[in-house]
Amino acid sequence: MEILLNVDMLLPLLVGMPLIAAILTTLLKSHRLRAWVSVAVALIQLIIVAVILSLLSNSGPNLDTQHQRYSFGGWGAPLGIDLSIDGFSALMLALTAALTLVLTVYSCYYFSEPHSGSDKTVRFWPLWWLLIMGINGLFLSGDIFNIYVTLEIIGLASVALVALDGSRAALTAALRYLLVGLLGSLCYLLAVALLYRAYGTLDLVQLSAIAEPTAITWAALGLITTGLLLKTALVPLHFWLPLAHGSAPAPVSAILSALVVKTSFYLLARFWLDALAPAATDYGLMMLGILGAVAIFWGSIQALRAKRLKFLVAYSTVAQLGYLFLLFPLVMSTGDTRNAGLTGPAVSAVAYFVVAHACAKAAMFLAAGNIMRMVGHDEIDRLHGLGKDMPLSLFTFAIAGASLIGLPPSAGFISKWLLLNVAIDAAQWWWVIIILGGGLMAAMYVFRILNIAFISVDEKAQPERQLSANEPQLSANELQLSANELQLPANEIQQGAVNKLPMLMPLCAFVLAILTIVLGFSAGLILDLVAIGDDA
Amino acid sequence: MTQDLLYTIASIALFGIGLFGLIVVRHIIRKILAINMMGVSVFMLLVASASNVDGAADPVLHAMVLTGIVVAIAGTALSLFLASKIHSLGQASDSDGR
Repeated sequence: MEILLNVDMLLPLLVGMPLIAAILTTLLKSHRLRAWVSVAVALIQLIIVAVILSLLSNSGPNLDTQHQRYSFGGWGAPLGIDLSIDGFSALMLALTAALTLVLTVYSCYYFSEPHSGSDKTVRFWPLWWLLIMGINGLFLSGDIFNIYVTLEIIGLASVALVALDGSRAALTAALRYLLVGLLGSLCYLLAVALLYRAYGTLDLVQLSAIAEPTAITWAALGLITTGLLLKTALVPLHFWLPLAHGSAPAPVSAILSALVVKTSFYLLARFWLDALAPAATDYGLMMLGILGAVAIFWGSIQALRAKRLKFLVAYSTVAQLGYLFLLFPLVMSTGDTRNAGLTGPAVSAVAYFVVAHACAKAAMFLAAGNIMRMVGHDEIDRLHGLGKDMPLSLFTFAIAGASLIGLPPSAGFISKWLLLNVAIDAAQWWWVIIILGGGLMAAMYVFRILNIAFISVDEKAQPERQLSANEPQLSANELQLSANELQLPANEIQQGAVNKLPMLMPLCAFVLAILTIVLGFSAGLILDLVAIGDDA
Repeated sequence: MTQDLLYTIASIALFGIGLFGLIVVRHIIRKILAINMMGVSVFMLLVASASNVDGAADPVLHAMVLTGIVVAIAGTALSLFLASKIHSLGQASDSDGR
């Protein structure tokens, strides 16, 4: 090998650096310093991931296995802890690094405002970096117990972040989220115990070589699936998600919807299609697909009925997660050889979908956060005429929405197109209807917001303004009072308009939205990345 | 009936009881206790499996149990903190943790 730098040397940095950032942000006293350290670490993390990606894509066929591995302390697989990377996890790491940078910059402003108490910023940064460490660790983990640990780190950190707000609603949502998360990881741990008993190894690669379709493996796969479906919030088990994602601070909602739910989906794909692939039956794969289809419709219907903007976005996550689960039935007959790890056309399509949705959803949550910060609430019925006050945030919302719907230049369009192609190749035409129907429903809930924000401005606002003009002439107290009451919504919007956002906050959201368009034009890059290790 | 089988059955039963408690019982402290019981049942299974390997206990499983206990403590502490905070903010927190 002519390159001095190897991928495996860089892998521990991705876990180590966020941990160092977490410690530094705990120790540092000044808010400004904490913010700078965080931005710097996020930047370095992105650079490291970029180097890893270029090394991976250059090394090409001389990858002896599709996994690049690093062993902590040189102990090696059965006893020690291994980090490993393949095309799919490399893509997830890149996504994590990119989103981390944008969300970190956004958080610097979000948490420096006088709106949030100083103790909130003290708590935010360490938890934030622990969460990033957990996510990176999970994507890199090569053994199933290490995955359990990272799952718990992610779970505990995100619960604490949801609770950051301190209101009763946020705390209740956090507690529910915590109990669900603990239940999910305990199911997973029980499965780990069963697998270790049966096969005597914790290593994912070794496991995939020796796993057999026995009763124990089925039980383990069932437990893993139950536990991780709880954490991914697939439809019958989604009940905790809207509250938790809707009550969290904006950057936290963004990362929860964009990445945290995807981590457990990534694990499901890993186990069903890679590590325990021999035990995956067609019936089980089909079941997951059907649940996904139900999720698309149920999530969209709930999004249509939502009264608050953040809950609408959260329910839209429930719906979009459904698309990811179409992966499982689609691998059955697309010629993705089941034992070849996470490669093949269906996997590429879904990996691309994960990236597209992550960018769009993060952009949407940030836009919703901006609206909430400026207007002081996010009740959909009271957002009339917002298009004038916050054009950039609403434009962001519209672009991200276009990607969720799957309109042409966006990444969402490409990902749905790929999914449709795979579904047709697999001769499973019924998914086509579901994919298209889901897009239609997404259009309905996105336009519901845009309609209120842009069009209805005059009809709603004018009578109130007339009243406020008459106000000085009114002598009767009662009349004045009623005028004041009527004025309230308009007043809040006006107050918000005075209360300007730092320019970078809407800009961060806008960058993410633009990213969905850019990704739409450079789909080849991402698809090549997933194909790493797909031995030609 | 071997000792190992006994432990396995007992731990599965404990897991089931804990799961039942978590879903059915409404009181939040009991829910947290139920989660802990499920954790203990998994740890018991792990320890029981450790003795399987001819004579000497398997250190990997013991390490797993230790790590698991640390995680369980962290989770319990966080949930108790949240529960007490909710309780002090509002009235009864009984029906909230569903």
